[in-house]
Amino acid sequence: MSDLPTAEEMLGNVKHRPPSTDWMDVPAEIRRGIACYAGNPKSLELLGHPNPRTWSCFDDDWQLPENWQQIIHEGFKERLEKFRSFKVFMDICVRCGACADKCHYFIGTGDPKNMPVLRAELLRSVYRNDFTRVGKLLGKINGARPMNYEVLKEWWSYLFQCSECRRCSLFCPYGIDTAEITIMGRELLNLLGLNIDWIVTPVANCYRTGNHLGIQPHAFKDMLDFFSDDLEEITGIRPEPQFNKKGADILFVTPSGDVFADPGTYTAMGYMMLFHFLQEKYGLDVTWSTYASEGGNFGFFTSHETMKRLNAKMYAEARRLGVKWILGGECGHMWRVIHQYMDTMNGPADFLEMPVNPITGTAFTNAASTKMVHIAEFTADLIKHGKLDLDPSRNDHLKVTFHDSCNPARGMGLFDEPRYVINKTCKHFYDMPENSIREQTFCCGSGSGLNAGEDMELRMAGGLPRASAVKTVRDRHGVNMMACVCAIDRAVLPDLMSYWVPEVDVTGVHELVGNALNLAGQHERTMNLRSEELAELQGTAEDTEGQTDE
Amino acid sequence: MNKRYILSLIAVVVLFLIAYLGVEAVPASKWLFGILIPYVALIVFVAGFIRRLLSWSRSAVPFAIPTTGGQQKSLKWIKPSTIDSPSSKSAVFIRMLLEIVTFRSLFRNTRMKLKEGRVTYQLEIFLWVGALAFHYAFFTVLFRHLRFFTHPTPLPVQLVENLDSFFRMEIMQDFIQIGVPGVYLSGLVLLAAVTYLFLRRIFIGNVKYISLASDYFPLFLIFGIAFTGIMMRYVLKTDVAAAKELTMGLVTFRWSIPGNVSSIFFVHLFFVSVLLAYFPFSKLMHLGGIFFSPTRNMRTDTRAVRHVNPWNYPVNVHTYEEYEDDFRDKMIEAGLPVDKMPEPQEASAEDEEPAAKPEEPEAGAADAATAPEEKE
Amino acid sequence: MSNRKGVIIGIVVFLAVVTFPFLYNRGKAAPAPEVELTEKAKAAKQCVRSTDYMQREHMKILDLWRHTVVRRGERIYVNPQGKEFNMSLSNTCLDCHSNKTEFCDRCHDYASVRPYCWDCHIDNPKESK
Repeated sequence: MSDLPTAEEMLGNVKHRPPSTDWMDVPAEIRRGIACYAGNPKSLELLGHPNPRTWSCFDDDWQLPENWQQIIHEGFKERLEKFRSFKVFMDICVRCGACADKCHYFIGTGDPKNMPVLRAELLRSVYRNDFTRVGKLLGKINGARPMNYEVLKEWWSYLFQCSECRRCSLFCPYGIDTAEITIMGRELLNLLGLNIDWIVTPVANCYRTGNHLGIQPHAFKDMLDFFSDDLEEITGIRPEPQFNKKGADILFVTPSGDVFADPGTYTAMGYMMLFHFLQEKYGLDVTWSTYASEGGNFGFFTSHETMKRLNAKMYAEARRLGVKWILGGECGHMWRVIHQYMDTMNGPADFLEMPVNPITGTAFTNAASTKMVHIAEFTADLIKHGKLDLDPSRNDHLKVTFHDSCNPARGMGLFDEPRYVINKTCKHFYDMPENSIREQTFCCGSGSGLNAGEDMELRMAGGLPRASAVKTVRDRHGVNMMACVCAIDRAVLPDLMSYWVPEVDVTGVHELVGNALNLAGQHERTMNLRSEELAELQGTAEDTEGQTDE
Repeated sequence: MNKRYILSLIAVVVLFLIAYLGVEAVPASKWLFGILIPYVALIVFVAGFIRRLLSWSRSAVPFAIPTTGGQQKSLKWIKPSTIDSPSSKSAVFIRMLLEIVTFRSLFRNTRMKLKEGRVTYQLEIFLWVGALAFHYAFFTVLFRHLRFFTHPTPLPVQLVENLDSFFRMEIMQDFIQIGVPGVYLSGLVLLAAVTYLFLRRIFIGNVKYISLASDYFPLFLIFGIAFTGIMMRYVLKTDVAAAKELTMGLVTFRWSIPGNVSSIFFVHLFFVSVLLAYFPFSKLMHLGGIFFSPTRNMRTDTRAVRHVNPWNYPVNVHTYEEYEDDFRDKMIEAGLPVDKMPEPQEASAEDEEPAAKPEEPEAGAADAATAPEEKE
Repeated sequence: MSNRKGVIIGIVVFLAVVTFPFLYNRGKAAPAPEVELTEKAKAAKQCVRSTDYMQREHMKILDLWRHTVVRRGERIYVNPQGKEFNMSLSNTCLDCHSNKTEFCDRCHDYASVRPYCWDCHIDNPKESK
């Protein structure tokens, strides 16, 4: 992006002082660098979503159906009845402002409508007008306004400047969750065929080919074969991943991003090594699926229904293959969906067994009903029982910090499992400051389908708080690697780091595992999974050793 | 200036004038302000409150979406965060209790500042302190007022009165005298807290920007209630026994308007009536709403226990069979297992690279769109 | 659905709290008590100020008296009618109103007021010694 401001310019431009004009009188500006492109009509058609057409959010005319206001009104009403969260959150906000500076997009852009409270007010104002008598009576003075084109554009603009990270909900005294409001708002927009292409096209791809990237079965296999080639070169051992294997013990599902782009690919290689190790040593039978080849779920960023349609593949494939239970790879929103939605939407999974790790005998009772286990839980359990042969010294040149991804953090509570795995696979680990980790973690700035290319300015702005925390540990401890358990993170954080905090790279937790894991019969490991020479890396690390304290 | 708070202020002043001038000009209107309006207000309050609770309860809870504020309960050797990530009913109860009596989430509050190109956080405890002071003072005031609505006054109420007036502040000068009767701290704290909550809406830019008339109005109204109450007790004075006769008349349905109840009393009572009647239609319903908040009142054992969505409906999915039909030949060629043997038909031979950018939907994506099928 | 149960419990609790005063008193009349005047008080016709004023402000007068006597050593109070009184709770007030139980306590009990006058002034009414 040529017109992306430099980091200094961006920082200089952030002001957190709202204008003196009433917010209702400030029209939304749909701006390049912030807004994402409109959805491709072919994708909408494939999904059967309404109003497929070629349009642009920068146009004046969005080619809406004649009765669009009525559609929004009725959709709103239906969702108030279907979702107590929505109705209660519309009613009880007292506008105390505690959420305001908790939002990474507000921190990074300074746009007051990025305060969670005001983002919700965009919908609440219409709610008051359409569904409460007092609101309608008092009108604008009480924050009520009728739905019109300007309001709709404002919705579009700000509902796609929220990554549904739930950080605000942690600080809200009533637990009002802006993610929930954004989810409803986007559902309403989708009723009019208003979605961004970066969401709807992956959804369409996933619907047809099984994954967001549209990787077809043979190509999926090719890509893993390619990783096998690399691994053979690096370790001397060639893992042979199994695909669509009926009767396997475990079905493994991970986001397709990890088989497609660096540095996620190295995490995928880590998985392959782990499964190879477990198969050779303990006879664990794990299969990948080309049909359920996507852990992520951009349907979640579209509507509950779309989420369910995409998610259905996991259980369907587990049933078809007759596995015992499902193992899930490192991914953020995938785990929010699995942890809080999947069983409800597409369960009960009574055709599966209670997940038990056959190697350690550990029963994952916390997944007793959903029957899907997070790979960090799985690996942590293996390491705890001493079942892996690890040599963490191959990660000695790394000074690692850990980015808690929003969804596993505030939609699941996965904190100590990945930290345990990291601590067992590398020597130097430093957590970021406490206001930016664990349940208070900051979004990467590109979650909920906003990891497109055209909204780079928004992404860099939204990632500012995360980057700032990384900078702190980089300066304090010489941190040079940020681990994470999310495919979107792996895809977007390298950009964010090179923008704000150069010299810090990004890795998946299972890339660290892969590097530390010894395979039986391997040759001398001189390279890491990135095919970089370890001797060189360790040399550079020692050069910088002097300037860091430990 | 800001229309939103000016108008709210005017509204409260008008309410004051209505009650004060009404009672002063037309003594018979004391029956209106002292008896009729309080009853109407109470009925509106109770009915409106319950109606709102029922309307919330009628909305479904389709998914279990608690905000996990700490480590989940997973492996035995990892210590779960019992309260912030509650996996049992009793833990949820504790989480809710702490939320309601200590405003636990608000206690986390921090203030963000950009300093030297860095995002920094500092403790921001004032909102929490102010909110806590406000709510506890209000509760104490409310509880103390039971002395006007019970006879004999129950012991706990007397105890709270004694505690509340524990500090003796007897200021006696030639032109000012307070301290007898004993000064209730709760009233002063309430007044101070409500003032603070108002001032932060005026002076903190972001908060001012989001504040609506309906945020200022209750603050002014509560200020009015506390202020008239304090004036009545310490300065303007009214015959307490007579006032109680009136209030007791309300709760025992033996109405009377004793002659020596002063006008300020009716203003006070009118303000309270307005607040009661306004309550169910306003943000003040957060009192009831907090109990319904799904991010706080649900268990986090969502993978261990299945939550049932009452309106779960079947959706169109792309089944494996359809998928295999789309890609069978390619799968066979790549050595992937298939369920059905290929039919002797030619398949589309185009070799597709995975699309990196979704702008370009894949060739054939649209024409391969199959009619979605009902899930089993 | 346990959810419904919770809502019903909530509503019952809410109703119980709101209607507590109605239930607690259950329609028992509780009019303001009549105070009894002693013969001496009746004979005096008027207290140091008018009855209406005394009902509302007697505590202020007593506080003022205490202050004036203790801090300034002045003992004479002149009311608006020009009549002089010795500023003394025991010797002036309680001289007429010697029937604490029938006079002071009735209203204080009714309004749940517990003044601390008698913490010190135990000399009158005499019988309490």
